[in-house]
Amino acid sequence: MGEVVWTTIRLAAFTTVLLLILATPVAWWLARGRAWWKEVIAAVLTLPIILPPTVLGFYLLIAFAPGSPLMEPLKPFGVRTLAFSFEGLVIASIVYSLPFAVQPIRSAFEAMGERPMEVAATLRASPLDAFFTVALPMARRGFLAAAILVFAHTIGEFGVVLMIGGSIPGETEVISIRIYQLVESLRFDEAHKLAAGLVAFAFGVMLAMLLLDRGAERRRPL
Amino acid sequence: MSEGVDVRFAGAVGGFRLEAELRLAPRAITGLSGPSGSGKTTLIRCLAGLMRLPGRMVVDGDVWQDERRFRPAHRRPVGVVFQEASLLPHLSVRGNLDYGARRAGGVSAEALAEVVELLGLGPLMGRGVARLSGGERQRVALGRALLSRPRLLLMDEPLSSLDAASKAEIIPYLERLHRALAMPMLYVTHDRRELDRLADVVLHMQAGRIVPGPERPDEAAALAGLSPQDRDALALAALRAGLSPASHA
Repeated sequence: MGEVVWTTIRLAAFTTVLLLILATPVAWWLARGRAWWKEVIAAVLTLPIILPPTVLGFYLLIAFAPGSPLMEPLKPFGVRTLAFSFEGLVIASIVYSLPFAVQPIRSAFEAMGERPMEVAATLRASPLDAFFTVALPMARRGFLAAAILVFAHTIGEFGVVLMIGGSIPGETEVISIRIYQLVESLRFDEAHKLAAGLVAFAFGVMLAMLLLDRGAERRRPL
Repeated sequence: MSEGVDVRFAGAVGGFRLEAELRLAPRAITGLSGPSGSGKTTLIRCLAGLMRLPGRMVVDGDVWQDERRFRPAHRRPVGVVFQEASLLPHLSVRGNLDYGARRAGGVSAEALAEVVELLGLGPLMGRGVARLSGGERQRVALGRALLSRPRLLLMDEPLSSLDAASKAEIIPYLERLHRALAMPMLYVTHDRRELDRLADVVLHMQAGRIVPGPERPDEAAALAGLSPQDRDALALAALRAGLSPASHA
């Protein structure tokens, strides 16, 4: 029981950290870029919300298979496949939760407007300096929201993990899969414990989000 | 080295064409008025380096822009006070003042104290910017611009978002500033009273050009040397003849 919880938390933590780093430049470009085709990219990045996890899992399984165009360049490093591995699961979770990170961060950057970056420039901050000292701190609520959403979404994912995880104890077996297996084998008592734990977790996350929103409301300058 | 700022811009943004040529005297406030959409803000943005239009800009002999070169905003020692509150909301008043000062190589404690004294910022220092009034915010914005050690100060309708009481509160600070500072300043406003109280020279802008306005600088200069009686006589004669005083003189 402890091992499966630990694997789940580890997966969610890795996914959250890596995804926030990855999503930040993408969200910035979507918020500030002037390319006409940026909404096309935005739509592609939002697809994981609409697609059934089985579709994503299926394509990822093909991409992670030995000899695929994605795996071929990794061969010299001794990596044949990413399917049924923790690393593969992290990558899959990143793809699956991408919109949950990009959207709130993009909105936060957009809400900021152009002015603060211009102000920073007139105060001699280079664009990179201004990004770290003005844009990031001003968008911190967007980052917090993204982190909570991604972490929670990863804890709750089932379909993608089922397709590419393989349920290897200590490696790819996560809580949602374990609950499924426990119910399949009619071990309801154990399933109850994990399921109730997830309900409490989900409630905590939603409460945190709502309180965060109210805090933002109250602190908004007139 | 010629002191002051010499500027010539000619170019289009969208459908709007700016063709402006002007000179800002080294120690004076140059007022700039004109109807909305006449290009005043565009001109300020070009001067600050936030926007690039073809042209040339020389500040105290240093070329900031010409055919080949363009210094972006963060490499120009220019202070900008925007129309609306533009304080960085995640920083305190002190944080805002420090932001530009640190990047301009730091300012001495005396310089900081002087600006704080000049603008009456002492009681505000530890506060968050969300708790300031409109007038206080613009004073902080002004102080922040000054502490970034500018060689040119640009103010884009800094009082237009304030109510009458806040305006009346901040104008004396601007007058003190005018006496204390030795740098060219461009002050954009619609308000005649602000121009009268603050500007040494007034330029007028219309449809992207600097045009001879109701107050031509040469007129102002010509009239400044006259006694009030002479001025009145001149105005009376001009009224009778239906002509402007300058063409009469």
